[in-house]
Amino acid sequence: MKARNSILTAVAIAAAAGLLALADKNLGGFAMRILNLSAIYIVLALSLNLLNGFTGLFSLGYSGFMAVGAYVSALLTMSPEVKEMNFFLEPLVPWLQNFNLPFLVAIPIAGLCAAAVGLVIAAPVLRLRDDYLAIATLGFSEIIRVLITNAQSLTNGAQGLKNIPKTSTTWVVWGAAALAVLFMALLTRSSYGRTMKAVRDDEIAAEAMGVNVFRVKVVSFTASSFMAGVGGALLGHMITTIDPKMFTFMLTFNVLLIVVLGGNGSITGSVLSAIVVTLLMEAMRFLDGPLDLVFFKTEGLPGLRMVVFSLMLMIVVIFRQRGLMGDKELSWDRLAKAGLLPRGKKGGAA
Amino acid sequence: MDPSLFFQQLANALSLGSLYSLIAIGYTMVYGILRLINFAHGDVFMLGAYMAFYAMTSLAMPWWLAFVLAIALTGLFGMLLERAAYRPLRDSPRISVMISAIGASFLIENLGVVVFGGRPKSFPSVPLFDTVVNLGSVSVLSVSLFIPVITFGILFVLLRVVNHTKTGMAMRAVSTDVEAARLMAIDVNKVISLTFGIGSLLAALGGIMWSMKYPQLNPLMGIMPGLKCFIAAVIGGIGNIFGAVLGGFLLGFIEIMVIAFLPALTGYRDALSFVLLILVLLVKPSGLLGKKQTVKV
Repeated sequence: MKARNSILTAVAIAAAAGLLALADKNLGGFAMRILNLSAIYIVLALSLNLLNGFTGLFSLGYSGFMAVGAYVSALLTMSPEVKEMNFFLEPLVPWLQNFNLPFLVAIPIAGLCAAAVGLVIAAPVLRLRDDYLAIATLGFSEIIRVLITNAQSLTNGAQGLKNIPKTSTTWVVWGAAALAVLFMALLTRSSYGRTMKAVRDDEIAAEAMGVNVFRVKVVSFTASSFMAGVGGALLGHMITTIDPKMFTFMLTFNVLLIVVLGGNGSITGSVLSAIVVTLLMEAMRFLDGPLDLVFFKTEGLPGLRMVVFSLMLMIVVIFRQRGLMGDKELSWDRLAKAGLLPRGKKGGAA
Repeated sequence: MDPSLFFQQLANALSLGSLYSLIAIGYTMVYGILRLINFAHGDVFMLGAYMAFYAMTSLAMPWWLAFVLAIALTGLFGMLLERAAYRPLRDSPRISVMISAIGASFLIENLGVVVFGGRPKSFPSVPLFDTVVNLGSVSVLSVSLFIPVITFGILFVLLRVVNHTKTGMAMRAVSTDVEAARLMAIDVNKVISLTFGIGSLLAALGGIMWSMKYPQLNPLMGIMPGLKCFIAAVIGGIGNIFGAVLGGFLLGFIEIMVIAFLPALTGYRDALSFVLLILVLLVKPSGLLGKKQTVKV
């Protein structure tokens, strides 16, 4: 059984890599971009799920950490000439002027910076619970955004940064997604992951069992911030322009939507839902344009797409709170039980 | 700073503060009863303003009729919202209810974009509220004088209702203990519905006053005031009507005065309230007038 599962996993990974290579060669730039966007959303969704689904901390300040990551990595990798072009209102602070790190070095640094911000914020915020925590984290992310908007000589303020090196290639983003999945899978199987779930399910009971609840929360918050920073950086290197308006609550909402639809506390749920939601978001763009509904025609209703997504979120929360997967995982054993795997030797639903 | 400028700012702060208080009361009442941050409150505020706008422009109603109609309809809408988005989740974890509230908020905003259009609309002027009044060296719009009067009038009525009527007693009972209230033959759902109705009425009133002060409507106009008024409610001690008023005034004064005395901070205006929120939460999480809550096992 175990052997079968490992073989199946290896085959699945190889198949996925093969498909990706095929897609990378044959798909056009736009389609590939959406596919890669879903990889970034996998990283983001997993990171929010770590916080929300596995540790039970409801944070709405997610986009702030993404902003930190995106800005740090953009500033570290842009060449001095591009920086000069960007900062025409006020020159960039001198000590950042000549930084020109390779992309793969900048990404972890971006994550670490976001994690550092997360750590600083965690200490005061994590004393709060539930809705207070949500609103305080939201407050912090707004503060981060306002700071970025106003730090003209560091972030170029409201103008944002343009011409960020376009280095988020297919392999980089899907590699990051794979690493995120691996990290989450290892974490949930470790004793630390179980501790996190204990904190989620009953904080007081966990504390009574000798768990240092506050520390677990801080670790989870910091790790999630790290992943958010990496995700934000990857996003910046993919769309090549960032500005403070990008990192509003709207972005947090998108990630939250993915996590809730996929199932709070399910890794495979988040992965599936990240791909499906990203594709749907693009596929439904037609809703914002002119519609021909047989009986009447509309002349383009921008916003209709988000109406559909907000409705989806509400319907899922009200009628199927567990989302797609609940807190279960999609595993080979489950597939076998459902009769979806060919019964080899003796495997299957034994 | 010369005194006339100071008094000018004081007048501005007073009217902004009372506007914040008005909206914060709605938040605090809903939270007091349901323990739920009604994320959609700011959007209900937006709806109220738009309804008044359409009643006055498309339906050519006189302003008072338009206001009454808009406020009543928004109140109904609030009840409807509670029924559709929050009642089915009465027994679910708080996070689910909050996600539903966030979904409802986005839904209303985007429906607003679809139905009202994303382009800003300008609120028609009402002469009674739109004249410039000179008090010595201070000149303000008359609406800025009406707002504090209305807020205090409403505060008075609400306190009477909550403390001296049977309905108010039922509200207090539900907010203390839902189960016990149900055992005392209180129709909990009706009380919650009513609270939502009142909160939404106040949001609509706030929205209309707001759009007379800042006469530009857009579907996302409710987000910032909504967040700030929630912060006001938390600062004052959520669940406490007096606290909401106190928090609203405090926020209004701090916002106006800090900008007036330290113009360099203008760009940070929106962050100010969040900084204040975090400070209050760290020092006294239950807010200035709130009761301390303990966690029961």
